Amino acid sequence: MAEPAGGGALRNAFGGVLSIFILILIGVLAFSIRLFSVIKYESVIHEFDPYFNYRVTQFLTKNGIYDFWNWFDDRTWYPLGRVIGGTVYPGLTLTAGTMWILNSLNIPLSVETVCVFTAPIFSANASWATYLLTKEVKGAGAGLTAAALLAMVPSYISRSVAGSYDNEAVAIFALIFTFYLYIKTLNTGSLFYATLNAIAYFYMVCSWGGYTFIINLIPMHVLLCIVTGRYSSRLYIAYAPLVVLGTLLAALVPVVGFNAVVTSEHFASFLVFIILHVVALVYYIKRILSPAMFKVAVTLVVTIGMAVCCAVIAILIALVASSPTKGWSGRSLSLLDPTYASKYIPIIASVSEHQPPTWPSYFMDINVLAFLVPAGIIACFLPLSDASSFVVLYLVTSVYFSGVMVRLMLVLAPAACITSGIALSEAFDVFTRSIKFQLPNLFSNSPSAGDNSSESSVSQDVVKNDNHRQVEKSETVPKVKGDNSRPTEKSEAVMKGKQSKKNRKKEKDLEEEDILKPKKERRLLVLPLEASAVAILLLIVLGGFYVVHCVWAAAEAYSAPSIVLTSHSHDGLHVFDDFREAYAWLRHNTDEDDKVASWWDYGYQTSAMANRTVIVDNNTWNNTHIATVGTAMSSPEKAAWEIFNSLDVKYVLVVFGGLVGYPSDDINKFLWMVRIGGGVFPHIKEPDYLRDGQYRIDAQATPTMLNCLMYKLSYYRFIEADGSGFDKVRRTEIGKKHFKLTHFEEAFTTHHWMVRIYKLKPPKNRIKGKWKKSKSSSKSSSKRNGATRKNPWQ
Amino acid sequence: SLTPRGRVLGAQSSRAIRDDDDDDDGFPIRPPPLLRLLLLSSSARSDLVISRVDRQIDLTSHIVRVLSSLKIENAGPDAVSEVLFAFPNMQAKNLAAIKTFYSEGKGKGKSPSIALPTVIVQPEGMPPELTFYSVALPKSLEKGKTLNMDMLAVFTHSLTPFPEEITQADAQLLVYQDSAYYLSPYAVKVQSLGIRLPNGRVESYTKYPNTKLVDSELKYGPFESLPPFSYSPIIVHFENNHPFAVVQELTREIEISHWGNAQITEHYTIVHGGARTKGGFSRIDYQMRTNIRGTSSFSLLTALLPPRAHSIYYRDEIGNISTSTLWADSRKTQFGIQPRFPIFGGWRTTFTIGYSLPLQDFLFESDGKRVLNITYGCPLQEAVVDKLIVVLPEGSKDISASAPFHTKQSEEVKYSHLDIVGRPVVVLEKTNVVPEHNLYFQVFYRFSNLSLLREPLMLATGFFLLFVACIVYMHTDMAISKTSASYLAKLQWDEVQATVQRVQNIFDQYLKVHDKLESSLRDLSRTGDVQSCKAARKAADTQFKELAKELKPMLTFLQSSPQASQIWPKIEELVAKEREMQEKLMQKHSTVVECFEKKLGGREVENRVASLQQKLAALRQEVDNLLEINSTTTL
Repeated sequence: MAEPAGGGALRNAFGGVLSIFILILIGVLAFSIRLFSVIKYESVIHEFDPYFNYRVTQFLTKNGIYDFWNWFDDRTWYPLGRVIGGTVYPGLTLTAGTMWILNSLNIPLSVETVCVFTAPIFSANASWATYLLTKEVKGAGAGLTAAALLAMVPSYISRSVAGSYDNEAVAIFALIFTFYLYIKTLNTGSLFYATLNAIAYFYMVCSWGGYTFIINLIPMHVLLCIVTGRYSSRLYIAYAPLVVLGTLLAALVPVVGFNAVVTSEHFASFLVFIILHVVALVYYIKRILSPAMFKVAVTLVVTIGMAVCCAVIAILIALVASSPTKGWSGRSLSLLDPTYASKYIPIIASVSEHQPPTWPSYFMDINVLAFLVPAGIIACFLPLSDASSFVVLYLVTSVYFSGVMVRLMLVLAPAACITSGIALSEAFDVFTRSIKFQLPNLFSNSPSAGDNSSESSVSQDVVKNDNHRQVEKSETVPKVKGDNSRPTEKSEAVMKGKQSKKNRKKEKDLEEEDILKPKKERRLLVLPLEASAVAILLLIVLGGFYVVHCVWAAAEAYSAPSIVLTSHSHDGLHVFDDFREAYAWLRHNTDEDDKVASWWDYGYQTSAMANRTVIVDNNTWNNTHIATVGTAMSSPEKAAWEIFNSLDVKYVLVVFGGLVGYPSDDINKFLWMVRIGGGVFPHIKEPDYLRDGQYRIDAQATPTMLNCLMYKLSYYRFIEADGSGFDKVRRTEIGKKHFKLTHFEEAFTTHHWMVRIYKLKPPKNRIKGKWKKSKSSSKSSSKRNGATRKNPWQ
Repeated sequence: SLTPRGRVLGAQSSRAIRDDDDDDDGFPIRPPPLLRLLLLSSSARSDLVISRVDRQIDLTSHIVRVLSSLKIENAGPDAVSEVLFAFPNMQAKNLAAIKTFYSEGKGKGKSPSIALPTVIVQPEGMPPELTFYSVALPKSLEKGKTLNMDMLAVFTHSLTPFPEEITQADAQLLVYQDSAYYLSPYAVKVQSLGIRLPNGRVESYTKYPNTKLVDSELKYGPFESLPPFSYSPIIVHFENNHPFAVVQELTREIEISHWGNAQITEHYTIVHGGARTKGGFSRIDYQMRTNIRGTSSFSLLTALLPPRAHSIYYRDEIGNISTSTLWADSRKTQFGIQPRFPIFGGWRTTFTIGYSLPLQDFLFESDGKRVLNITYGCPLQEAVVDKLIVVLPEGSKDISASAPFHTKQSEEVKYSHLDIVGRPVVVLEKTNVVPEHNLYFQVFYRFSNLSLLREPLMLATGFFLLFVACIVYMHTDMAISKTSASYLAKLQWDEVQATVQRVQNIFDQYLKVHDKLESSLRDLSRTGDVQSCKAARKAADTQFKELAKELKPMLTFLQSSPQASQIWPKIEELVAKEREMQEKLMQKHSTVVECFEKKLGGREVENRVASLQQKLAALRQEVDNLLEINSTTTL
């Protein structure tokens, strides 16, 4: 019958233990779902940027923190070099660098192991942070649901599988945790949490450039609260210390430095800081003045205030205009104007993760959350609190940003998880409550049917009435709110039709009494039992779909380390380990100081895996330098040789997928090289490489295309591999099949031809005879004829 | 003054060198320096005469093995107990291993051969251009007796590629030089020399009158009656495409865990020691015509691991290398490893292989000491090694190592897996290791089994202390100021919460009593036992009184406490509701009992109590709700 109310305390204690246990399990889930990459492939650093972070971490652990801050890396961006300490977000590196604690306990962990597992560990942390944040917003149930959702949201998995040692891995945790502390401060008004919030913000600034999202979102929320009349001292405590402390701390990070006060990304926070103080002052004055006096004061202040505001705004605009980046930086500007990058900065537009996402990618990355989010928003409005308004704001802004850049889908994922968690939890709450209040009814009805004893019917009826009343009473609420449960009530009434009329009459009386009573009790939204059961079942199925999708995404879509490729064929698994083959060859069989030129995508990998000096890398800080390499790749052989020789390049590395059908090779990226190169060196013109606006490499291709270095290095002696020169990626036969290289010689080609390394031939020598001799002996006998027939140096 | 023998040698040497000059015009290698200053001081040594020597030089791999079968005769008056072998210094510096086997008797009835210790000596009066090795005979050779001896000398780096640089397509040509005559401090009566080549393709070789090239075997001799220290250089220039895998540096680390595992980690730096490659490497040529265009390269190495090896891995500093095969049976584990790229002349690569072995196969106990008995060399076939490290578990004592050959030994300490004092490490270093050194060596040490439990116990204690610390933290009052307002408020709040909890418990008890009364009524309707029902009522009355007494101080506390101001109205309401409920229940109870005493019908009773029943149920619901709300607000 009724719940044994004595169990309340015990139940709460039990609930606490249970939620801790569930949280631990969620952490384990978040960690282990990201291990697919290790199990399916190996414990290895993934992709491009993680290799740089790995290299920096190695440097840090070997040379210590002070050398790290002062590190000038002369093995990249040759001959410019790069100041690593001042241009890198150190959060991730420092986090992984703390493993010396483990090593000092004599737990031997290699730098690589720590780097590989940093991301999964921080995913678990992020899930817990999500729990805390959602718990602040909508209670522990929503918190647990949101944490479980976040633990396996594909969007986040894509950036944090084991081996994906990138800034985002720790930054998402920092982001959520900062938001949690902000909400916590907002809810409690505790200065302690405000300080923690500033420190968490500092960690976020250390970790990722995305910290500007925080420093713009929180002011927006503060502004929202002020505008909607929700100003309180708690809001002041949550915001003011964050701006002051946070800005000071952020300025400590070398890569941010004075940007924390001079670039316009931060101006919103200062503006809101001023507004907040004005509002605080108004509230203070309102309190100490009488209403009449206050009115006078308001008119006085508004006139003066308008003037001051105008002045301040004018100053701000002047500051924005005069700030070093002329307002907003390129990447941030492309956030505000999605077409900005493709119009003005090809180097930003050339990165696939800076493109706007397609609709399927939403389904791929957040799956069913996309459908739960609207329900979550509605749940946030019932009732709207400071915290839930923050969640709504966070969601809306991140949806916008994710629409601009695929990469920022990552910021949307936590918001989607939190709102979906709220939605799911509320839905489960309603359905289970409905079942809970109807179940006893169900059980007591069935035995009474067969009971004919008149004596016992007294008590049975008592029981029945009791239960029935419960239902009736709880249904008074839906009656007020809406009549969707009316039919149920009727059916219930029909079911109970055999009851005496007297009873029914009394019930009616009671009902009226109930409606008259002040509704102090908890509102019970009761849905029909069958509907709730089916709905719960459907929700579980929905959750099941989500889990299946996430596991699939983690296992199949996002676990490939991209330096090792595999393919399943009829004779089993085939491994393409060409990249490491090439890097290992460079590492062991070239001189330590040789310079290797390649397109910038492979810069980080070359410096980390091959340990050779590179010309450009994935840190695209110098557009001209990249354009130089792009120009060289788009130029004919001789011009390219001169460019490379002037850069002291010894080897040129190209990635070629035509033999095995690896689509992201240099030929497919070639137009970007032309564009970026042409942006700086106008003699490279994109139309020269296109036939009627079409990019092609077959017989129809333009002569400029067929004679450029990239084409030649990719397809050198390709015709001999299969006899027809069929490119499996472009699905066409190549245009120019037989040609010789005059200024470059093949130094190494990997097993599947995916990486081809060419050596620059020595420059035209003073002693002709000696050069000729070395030439003839370096070529195999078959090539010798060609060399004598066409000597490029004469 | 020169002895006649010395003069003879000098003359022959110079002749041989002239021959050379005719042959190898343009060779970069000069023949060994003249062995002119040969002064024999000890007459005792010349008492021995080598009656016959057959030499077999194996040039099929890059390790040169020279097997000499000697028949030694004592021509002098005294018994001789040692035999000397001589090598030119140039050869001796490449000598990796030398082994001498001795067998008595002759022909088929030879007894099984015994390995004899062979040591390097520097006899007085011998020319410094030569290095001597001495073999002590197990028993002295009497006058006029003969004995048979086999000597195996293994040389590394003795084959010089010529030309030094070849292209990918070229075959690798090597030069080997030695003496046509057996170099010995003793006179040699009859001798012959056979050189086994990998194939019949020979560019050139030093020709003597009695020189034959049959298939892949080059034969010199027989030569007869040559004086001591006869030397006549020969040079063979031949094709050899055998993989020249030279392990420039190998660190083998054997880590022993007494939990039953020996973990072996081997770090290799391998270089192709043959002719250097010039010009580029063309993958298309290599793939289409591997046999021709890449003959001198190697891409597969085979490691023979001990049986029952498991958890094998193969990787380098940038990750796992996927090109390996494993084939295992009960006698051995064959591990085929392919480097990331084919190794051409002069190319190098590094990698690490590791595997685990069951400890009981290699660790034994003898007189309280533990003995590790494991092979020294490297499991790769035909490769050359450098350094070996044995890591013993933490707490090992009295460590000593013994190897069947000379090694440089040192001790280190390694820290791993929560070690406090570190693990003792025995380092055995040796250069120029050839497969002949794949011999067992022993490490003796003492180790107490109790030390095994050190780290688990340490961990357990650590966690125990952590939990204790947590418990202590939870139960200590960490407030700095015991009089501050917030601290007092917190104390009070705790008290309020506890009181509310107690109040709730009391209400739970109330509800239980209510339930009991209800059930007594139900019993009544079933059995009609009025007395027991009345008794239940009496009991309930006393219980209600007790509970009320108990509740009173709590309520007064809550009422007075400012912290409870939020909860107080609810508690108040709860009390009122409960009291009402109690009244109603009593009323119902007495009505029902009365009815039964009056023997009224069931329907009648029902009608009488119906309204009461409704009210009761409503109240019960409200009380339940209030209790639930309280429990959620307090926590």
